[in-house]
Amino acid sequence: MDRLEGVKTMATLKELTKEEYFLPGNATCAGCGAAVAIRLAQKALGPRTVFVVPACCTSVIQSAFPFTAFATPCLNIAFEAAAAAASGVVAAYEKKGLKDVTVLAWAGDGGTVDIGIQALSGAAERGTNFIYVCYDNEAYGNTGFQRSGSSPYGSQTTTTPTGKKEHKKDVPMIMAAHGIPYVATACISYPLDFVNKLKKAKEMVGTKYIQVLTPCPPGWRYSTEKTIEMGRLAVQTGIWALFEVEHGRFKLSSPSATLIDWSKRKPLEEYVKAQGRFNQLTPEDIDEIKRWIDETWENYKRLQLNV
Amino acid sequence: MTQVIIETGNRIAGLACKAARAEVVAAYPITPQTTVVEQIAELVEGGKLDAKFISVESEHSAMAACIGAAVGGARAFTATSAHGLALMHEMLHWASAARLPIVMAVVNRAMGPPWNIWADFSDSLSQRDTGWIQFYCADNQEIFDTIIQAYKLCEDKRVFLPAMVCFEGFILSHTSMPVKIPDQKEIDDFLPPYNPPWLIDVDNPLSHGSIVYPEWYMEFRYFMYEAMENAGKLIPEIDKEYERRFGFEHGGHIEKYKCEDADLIILSMGTIGSEAKLAVDNLRKQGQKVGTARVRVFRPFPKDEILNLSKNAQMLTVIDRQVSYGMEGPLHTEAKASLYSQTNSPLIAGFIAGLGGRDVTMHDIETMVKKSFQYLKAGKVEKEVQWIGLRE
Repeated sequence: MDRLEGVKTMATLKELTKEEYFLPGNATCAGCGAAVAIRLAQKALGPRTVFVVPACCTSVIQSAFPFTAFATPCLNIAFEAAAAAASGVVAAYEKKGLKDVTVLAWAGDGGTVDIGIQALSGAAERGTNFIYVCYDNEAYGNTGFQRSGSSPYGSQTTTTPTGKKEHKKDVPMIMAAHGIPYVATACISYPLDFVNKLKKAKEMVGTKYIQVLTPCPPGWRYSTEKTIEMGRLAVQTGIWALFEVEHGRFKLSSPSATLIDWSKRKPLEEYVKAQGRFNQLTPEDIDEIKRWIDETWENYKRLQLNV
Repeated sequence: MTQVIIETGNRIAGLACKAARAEVVAAYPITPQTTVVEQIAELVEGGKLDAKFISVESEHSAMAACIGAAVGGARAFTATSAHGLALMHEMLHWASAARLPIVMAVVNRAMGPPWNIWADFSDSLSQRDTGWIQFYCADNQEIFDTIIQAYKLCEDKRVFLPAMVCFEGFILSHTSMPVKIPDQKEIDDFLPPYNPPWLIDVDNPLSHGSIVYPEWYMEFRYFMYEAMENAGKLIPEIDKEYERRFGFEHGGHIEKYKCEDADLIILSMGTIGSEAKLAVDNLRKQGQKVGTARVRVFRPFPKDEILNLSKNAQMLTVIDRQVSYGMEGPLHTEAKASLYSQTNSPLIAGFIAGLGGRDVTMHDIETMVKKSFQYLKAGKVEKEVQWIGLRE
């Protein structure tokens, strides 16, 4: 990762604070990938961070009144309104001259790529000074795993019982097209990469967008101890790539960089066969996903080589 | 020093936002509200209003941003009309249930289809149950004064609810009238800076709006109910205090005109209430004991004031610039409900008039009154709901 001037990125995870801001008593499912993402984000950004959370798993995860599992303040807001409400918080803090607080909109993939994309696009176009993290479990997890625009081709959800017929919506690139200073993808299985991207985003002015893949055992249908392994396979097979678009410049992050050579990627089968949500895939479906991965990576290659 | 200026209702709403020292304004343009937003943008960019103006991409986001601003500790303002207000609906509930004292100008306009940009209360009255205080104005002075008073009321610790200050599109929004603008120092004295009891604040972290189970939810709603009751008590007090400081008041919940000895009282909202005064004068010349009462506050609804009003009158003529399909005009319903506990209630006749900006003239009002007197003479209201001025 490039070292942004003045940004203290970390060489190892040991440098991450021992302080916990995500407290016991939270209400995650066993093996929840989003929980890992929350814990890392709070540690990376520190206690002077305000969460703005629309309807999503995190609405439940933070636990119910009169308790909270968040040591950082949190404003819950309606499903499609995270980026807009965050804009209001940012404006209030700017008016009050509060400069050292990070406003973090923290939304699921449904609240980001579907119902929340208008408010997100508006906030980005206005150059709102905040970080927007989409934690992506590739469906409406909180309501029992219905299809979202972020669900991958062929995946079963409760509203695509025979498998989704469309590919995943490419929201990181949509956000990059807004010309915002920073867009990145991440995965909880690569915590150092995710933490450093958050730290970098924190130091930049303007809208920063990070989409982090958070595997979901009940939705993806794998055994709860395999969450980190699932995230790794997603990256290693190339179905999820880690990159940054910093001031318009695209760069694959190190876990993904070598995979530009397709022979270095693990076979897609290792990923899809490990998850119940893909158990009906035909060989043709697998070929279709592979074709999509190749096409996506051809684009990454062009962007990486700047041609 | 008090200044007298001649301005449109929309410009006056913008100036009231400035005089109230709003700190964050998030708004989206819609006819006939547009000139409110334009003026605020102009004031902010011209350095005349020290506020953050967020030019959002929808009204839904406008209210979401106002909510964010208010929890961030800023005095928030917005303005909208018709479809914009309807789009906000979800966030209206959020703002009131989050107990945020946001003030919003609603420039009343008809809901489509068919497209119609003119005066009609169908936009704000269909937001009745969102937990917002609703004021209705009859002239530009009242728009200014009510916006200032609304902040005072909403930010009272006993209330902490948002308020809509409604006024009819074009009839007021685009009509110039003389308005007295009090001295800024005196306004500041009346309306001190926003000082919320809680904030989203890193130095005192809390979670707001997280899940509440059935064993707690009702208590939250009861607090809102109680806050609305408190608002009902405070509205006349604040109006009186405003009068003491600035020299004019608007009647608290209800502006009454020649009601004391009236046999028949015309009940209405907004500018129809001004027109009704002319009708009253004319009818009185003809020897009919008529008065008029203009309901300024639809939520909290002034039940007791309506009850007192009807102690002497034998007939109420209710004019609604809105209809609740399958029932009647909303003011008609609320007035009847207010009188239910009283024996020997006056008769009530409801009239639907002025939808989609159709003029309601003093002659129309006189027609309604004459019809009502016929009912009174017959001892019963033959047709409870009547549409006025329909094409044959």
